[in-house]
Amino acid sequence: MPRRRVVVTGLGLITPLGNSVKDSWDGILAGKSGIAAIEHFDTTGFTTQFGGSVKGFDISEYMSAKDARKMDTFIQYGMAAAIQAVGDSGLECTEENASRIGVAIGSGIGGLPMIEANHNNLLAKGPRKISPFFVPGSIINMISGNLAIRFGFQGPNIAITTACTTGTHNIGYSARTIAYGDADVMVAGGAEMATTPLGLGGFAAARALSTRNDDPQTASRPWDRDRDGFVLSDGAGVLVLEEYEHAKARGATIYAELTGFGMSDDAYHMTSPPEDGRGAAASMANTIKDAGLNPDQLDYINAHGTSTSAGDVAESRAVERVMGDAAKNVAVSSTKSMIGHLLGAAGAVEAVFSVLAIRDQVAPPTINLENPAEGCVLDYVPHTARDMKIDHALSNSFGFGGTNGSLLFSRV
Amino acid sequence: MSTIEERVKKIVSEQLGVKDEEITNASSFVDDLGADSLDTVELVMALEEEFETEIPDEEAEKITTVQEAIDYVVSHQ
Repeated sequence: MPRRRVVVTGLGLITPLGNSVKDSWDGILAGKSGIAAIEHFDTTGFTTQFGGSVKGFDISEYMSAKDARKMDTFIQYGMAAAIQAVGDSGLECTEENASRIGVAIGSGIGGLPMIEANHNNLLAKGPRKISPFFVPGSIINMISGNLAIRFGFQGPNIAITTACTTGTHNIGYSARTIAYGDADVMVAGGAEMATTPLGLGGFAAARALSTRNDDPQTASRPWDRDRDGFVLSDGAGVLVLEEYEHAKARGATIYAELTGFGMSDDAYHMTSPPEDGRGAAASMANTIKDAGLNPDQLDYINAHGTSTSAGDVAESRAVERVMGDAAKNVAVSSTKSMIGHLLGAAGAVEAVFSVLAIRDQVAPPTINLENPAEGCVLDYVPHTARDMKIDHALSNSFGFGGTNGSLLFSRV
Repeated sequence: MSTIEERVKKIVSEQLGVKDEEITNASSFVDDLGADSLDTVELVMALEEEFETEIPDEEAEKITTVQEAIDYVVSHQ
């Protein structure tokens, strides 16, 4: 029996460039940076004082203030993006299809703001001042849980947590769930809000962040020789994935087909990749094989490209390793140059951008790439977006723990 | 300075997300104002904060209406 095909029929985004798919994508194609000084807490004493915050977000567009108060910020972002995506898909949940619709939306870290606030209450006033909503308001699977409650989705409900590969793994898992027959529709993605004192301080302590405090908008500069770490960002990305015949039967708009998903692990170091990018290469190769394609058929790669010293080089090596001579023909860009690194949301947001790249036949740019570093020799689509034929687009995510995942989207 | 009754109703309104005009002294938090068990726990915490008091769990369980909350605060001033 042939494998059930999986297509994308709905998109939702909350990013540092805007609180909708359109605003975010317009900003990406214009090469705009969404990075700025952090203003929602006092960053005095932090070595990094900027990030990619969500701006002008109004949760009351999506739910009552009473419900919103019970959800930490990452849940609110995830719910907003998911409600956008479901609305975009035109999907109606009925008694007949409810058990065939599932959710897989994760987060890399979860509810840091509530953890910090309740811990502060505990220390200052004692255990009786811990909110009854602290646990259900901050744990990672509560986007999936709350979304099911809101729409009545009774199918598989899960939240995979794999650091910066979270979004990609949730989407890939969802595609497999549909292909295998466990669901006809999956709402999939990731959300994050970790620019808190503990989150910012923790990544800074790990020496992972750029410290370019005097010029935040040029801090995320993947493959540039002067890059000095990633930029911590917030937001969410969600896609509605649907079995192809199911989508066709209801006349849904089909953005692209999810043709491939693959995974691997570096088995090397907690936070750093091996120089030769062998784990990343295995993830990409597994994904291309899953799609039944040859490596030279890739037109565009939305790279993990975080702007870290080791990671950017390893990913370039991985592309060369997988594609051989064809590596010089593929457009490779990092949208993180504009929005920073959304951790558990990154793979989902970048999957949305990859899908839109296919829809609009345009490769997003890599901004701030003034001087490609030694050993970074691919076509990184510097500075400006490029109109081009894109039949197949691959999106990479790599996370702490050496966990790698890749998704392949194809034009239908 | 607001009366105890006004302050209690303001907290109920904020915590349970209901409009002032929907709240009467006889309103039951669960039956009339849509609260669940976690909402009532948090509501009691908000009353403790507002009136700088500590309401033991066995007392808190008996506070199920707006009037019962007002009575508790008045009798423990």
